[in-house]
Amino acid sequence: MDKVLTSRQGPWIAGGLIGLIAVALAHFGNPGNMGFCVACFTRDIAGALGFHRAGVVQYIRPEIPGFILGSFLSALIFREYSPRGGSSPAVRFGLGVFAMLGALVFLGCPWRAYLRVSGGDWNALYGVGGLIVGIFIGIIFLWNGFSLGASESNPKAAGLVMPLIAIALLALLFMAPKFGDNAPVFFSEKGPGSQHAPALMALATGLLVGWLAQRSRFCTVGAVRDFLMMGDAYLLKGIIAFMITAFAANYALGTFKPGFEGQPVAHSDQLWNFLGMVLSGLAFTLAGGCPGRQLIMAGEGDSDAGIFVIGMLTGAAIAHNFSAASSGAGIGPMGMHVTIIGLVFCVLVGILSRDRG
Amino acid sequence: MSDVITVNAKGFSCPQPVMMTKKALSGLESGHVEILVDTATSRNNVSRFAENKGWRVDVEELDDGGFRVILEK
Repeated sequence: MDKVLTSRQGPWIAGGLIGLIAVALAHFGNPGNMGFCVACFTRDIAGALGFHRAGVVQYIRPEIPGFILGSFLSALIFREYSPRGGSSPAVRFGLGVFAMLGALVFLGCPWRAYLRVSGGDWNALYGVGGLIVGIFIGIIFLWNGFSLGASESNPKAAGLVMPLIAIALLALLFMAPKFGDNAPVFFSEKGPGSQHAPALMALATGLLVGWLAQRSRFCTVGAVRDFLMMGDAYLLKGIIAFMITAFAANYALGTFKPGFEGQPVAHSDQLWNFLGMVLSGLAFTLAGGCPGRQLIMAGEGDSDAGIFVIGMLTGAAIAHNFSAASSGAGIGPMGMHVTIIGLVFCVLVGILSRDRG
Repeated sequence: MSDVITVNAKGFSCPQPVMMTKKALSGLESGHVEILVDTATSRNNVSRFAENKGWRVDVEELDDGGFRVILEK
């Protein structure tokens, strides 16, 4: 099996399976077209921990710690666990913050953008368009020598921080302690946060996807980047398979509902669907991979990816505390502001972080 | 035997090791090029890129857990 997953055809299999699992999770309780959404799930975790108080999006999504631990175990088994870090961590934190802010203006990370299209949500076509433009802007910086610098090998223990955080999150989910009146852990009683597949099922799929993605390097941003930059379709196969199986499963289950209106957890402000994902796509490209890939690399021991994930968690809190997150009703009052500030931040990072060697 | 060109891509994550390889191979009709990387992902990406460009690829594991990707044409 490992030979197949790591072969040139590996992404077909990993992507295809992940697409099927995603639609199954939505079928068994996750919000519509949200079998997997690394941004939304991280946002829900931020809410569950009380980092923001948006009552409808609070739940410890076990898929996220599942990704980290699945990748961690896979990396250990296949001797690819390699603690490393030190490549502009503060910049990566900022990129994580703004990648999340952009994703919450659109309402989805790249994974969910593809899943929304596979479910017939045509608003997401603007998001995918924005994603491609954002990635292309990132490529222009890469062509011009953009680099966040080399990372260094770290002591073995350094790579354990993110897996330990993942275990702590699972403990908080399954033990559900209350730390006082009106204190976390919070679990939404209505809204998207209250919609979830059974926790053990979600955890099992998270572990499975963590392993599949660790072996095949599944990346929803790298796929477009490598294809546009070098004509390398290796990772793109994963995304094509992901969308085909998700579409087929949606069609079979009757959840393929083509149109713009009435789509689950989505809005129809197309300019900001587009620009939110330009921001996200650019931030992910500068950081070297999509949010799922960052979780996988964090599991492999990459502290820089871990810092990016912590940045996303912070970005989620900022998005809701400062009214920048969108909802089904449209974009938030500060959605435009954070998108523009984020684009300025990313462009400055792109211009100023140069490898002159 | 002509000179060996060595590129140290350790510490860089994708796509930079591939870009550094591309730069080293550009304009090179034949030769012996060695790329040093520190992750299996970079090893695979560099190997795939070079194979697609018609180079023969050999990989040596280094003591520090990294890899020497040897390209010949």
